[in-house]
Amino acid sequence: MIAEVGSFALVLGLAFAIAQVGLSAFARVRRSIPLAAAGEGAALASFAGVAIAFGCLIYAFVTSDFSVANVAANSHTEKPMLYKVAGAWGSHEGSILLWCFILTGYGAAAATLGRGLPQGLKALMVAVQGALGTVFLAYTVFASNPLLRLATPPVEGRSLNPLLQDPALAIHPPFLYSGYVGMSVVFSLAVAALIEGRVDAAWARWVRPWALAAWSFLTVGITLGAFWAYYELGWGGWWFWDPVENASFMPWLMATALLHSAIVTEKRGALAGWSLFLALGAFTFSMLGAFLVRSGVLTSVHAFAVDPKRGVLLLIILALTSGSAFTLFAWRAPKLSPGGMFAPVSRESALVLNNILLAAATATVLLGTLYPLIRQALSGEAISVGPPYFNLTFAPLMAALAILLPAGPLLAWKRGDARGVAQRLWVAALVALGCGLLTLALISPRKALGALGVTIGAWLVMGAGVELIERTRALRVPVSDSWRRLVGLPRGAWGMTLAHLGLGVFVLGACVELGWKGEAAEALPLGGSLNVAGYHLVLETVGPVEGPNFESERARIQVTKDGQPICVGEPDRRFYPAGGQTVSGISLCYRGASHLYIVLGERRKTTAGTPVWLIRAYWNPWASLIFLGPVIMALGGLTSLSDRRLRLGVARRRKEQPA
Amino acid sequence: MNLRALAAIFAGVLCIAAAADPADRLPDPTQEARARAIFADVRCLVCQNESIDDSEAELAGDLRRIVREQVKAGRSDAQIKGFLTDRYGEFVLMTPAFSWMNLILWGGPFVVVVSGAGLLISRLRSRPGDTEFSPEEAERVRGLSETDAS
Repeated sequence: MIAEVGSFALVLGLAFAIAQVGLSAFARVRRSIPLAAAGEGAALASFAGVAIAFGCLIYAFVTSDFSVANVAANSHTEKPMLYKVAGAWGSHEGSILLWCFILTGYGAAAATLGRGLPQGLKALMVAVQGALGTVFLAYTVFASNPLLRLATPPVEGRSLNPLLQDPALAIHPPFLYSGYVGMSVVFSLAVAALIEGRVDAAWARWVRPWALAAWSFLTVGITLGAFWAYYELGWGGWWFWDPVENASFMPWLMATALLHSAIVTEKRGALAGWSLFLALGAFTFSMLGAFLVRSGVLTSVHAFAVDPKRGVLLLIILALTSGSAFTLFAWRAPKLSPGGMFAPVSRESALVLNNILLAAATATVLLGTLYPLIRQALSGEAISVGPPYFNLTFAPLMAALAILLPAGPLLAWKRGDARGVAQRLWVAALVALGCGLLTLALISPRKALGALGVTIGAWLVMGAGVELIERTRALRVPVSDSWRRLVGLPRGAWGMTLAHLGLGVFVLGACVELGWKGEAAEALPLGGSLNVAGYHLVLETVGPVEGPNFESERARIQVTKDGQPICVGEPDRRFYPAGGQTVSGISLCYRGASHLYIVLGERRKTTAGTPVWLIRAYWNPWASLIFLGPVIMALGGLTSLSDRRLRLGVARRRKEQPA
Repeated sequence: MNLRALAAIFAGVLCIAAAADPADRLPDPTQEARARAIFADVRCLVCQNESIDDSEAELAGDLRRIVREQVKAGRSDAQIKGFLTDRYGEFVLMTPAFSWMNLILWGGPFVVVVSGAGLLISRLRSRPGDTEFSPEEAERVRGLSETDAS
């Protein structure tokens, strides 16, 4: 019964989405306020319908209702509750319903929160959002309904892939999709502005909060995915330049570029066309990501819930929505005003450079992801584009961006003072260079690239510090004065500084981890030991442990350094009978920001007949920073989002002080 | 869920974990390090986008043995990679070749940077003469429309 209610609500949601398009578009043509209000009401109703459907699916998973085909294929009665709920978005159908839930949710939010927008623009935005909702809901209802029943329900479900039964991954899709789909509001605003033919500072200001929210979610979502790969896949890697990862990274890069170009459009009225292009591009890449991940056209380590047949439908949706939006762009964008002038050395130029480098980085990731397909079509030969390609193309682009970054916020609009900026940054530059040279000289003379990474990371962190010092005029005015300035800093400024600091922290972590990681592997009998990076690991016991839905063998490994006990690692190796899979559960021993990463491998027999276990241990220096950095960046995004100047609807009613 | 999806999942599970099995290791640590560096650039052909350094699949083990044997026999990195591409095609290497066929792949990012820089320079050079307003006037008009909008 519940599943039927859900299906019915889903169809209702689709009907309301169609009504939303019609009412809002008509409201724009007639300039009718009641019609526009009806369109907004339809947006809310559509969201309510999809929310009910989604609730029904979660209910079916929680109660293990195996008469629903999707539940039977992806759940199991013995699975812990968190993974029963997460199973609702663990499959293709469920994840598309999650997508629709978030899409209509954003639509409803935009309809309610966007009170400051001009009537016409808002009605068009609601209409476009409704059109997106219609397309994806129609796909869900007709091609991918997760609430369909089975004629003969099985007694037990087939369970979720054990690799996915992990807390980080359970909440990874909602964050990732909130990021992907958040770009839809930005997309709708861009299409609406193109139809209206007016893109100005106000438009950029309306776009920013949505782009910021989506970007922050996406940052967290990608980080959760990377962290999951880090400790679940069992060899300590966190980024593989895998198509699925690239698919989520491209919208992130586009959104990052948009956040920066929208500042230029907001403050100086320039780059309006480019900001529009990025606004359309960000959601296009989100849809491309969904298509790549869900269709299985590319092979990936973590492509789950793949369905090639429906991939074609997703490709058609992508071509329809983005194709029409970019056609509109090509038609209308040339008529936009070019905006204010600026000198070669200015904040504008710095932000344009940022955008050029980010665009090139996106092109790198896009080419690296799709070129194997293109090449196959061109010459019939298969090629691989792996991490070495990205190290040679993406890394230098990002290095250039990072080197330029600290100068950007210190430059003035229109005409900057290169000399003044150099005067403010030379101390930071010296310290960063010093860090790099010290690393090179004292720690490992042969790791020039690692030392370069340390230099860049330190430069970014120092740059964020200089930014703060400049804004508070610290060291030049009395401390109490600086403190007052510090407290009075707008949240937007804090957000920027945090985001830039987060990037620096990430670069430091990534470079130190990649440059100085250590590895050891031995087949150990009980009592045997191995050494990695000065740590001494002794395999003490191995015993069976019963999990809720798995059986496992768990090792107890005593870790010492210079005779002092440090920690006890308890890695295990789990067997999930429901799907017949084996997964290793690693053990992390935290040493400051560094990790000692221990994996229990397979059991073997020596020639003498005594059992040995393959133990692998990695020393991952500063690995915590890799995940901390993006979290700081996302916090920066959220801080900036909470800035009063950006809050939708508020700006219009309160008389604002000039910035 | 269909068979292909299941196969993908199993392949994913089988391909978990690394190459550093002590049983296969070369006695000479410099040779072993060289072999490991080559592993990272060789694709496990039956896996879901993994190098043989990371993969536990049987074929990856075979490829590792071939590479180790050749390293031990004193062949150069280029020779070993050449041997692998002759046998399995370009697909087996994680680094795409610097060939004319891959011009777009390697040159694409460069083109974006150059054309972006070109656009920026032309924008910086463009004179305000082609608009009806002088920059000061345009600024004032924009100022007016902004106060109007907010």
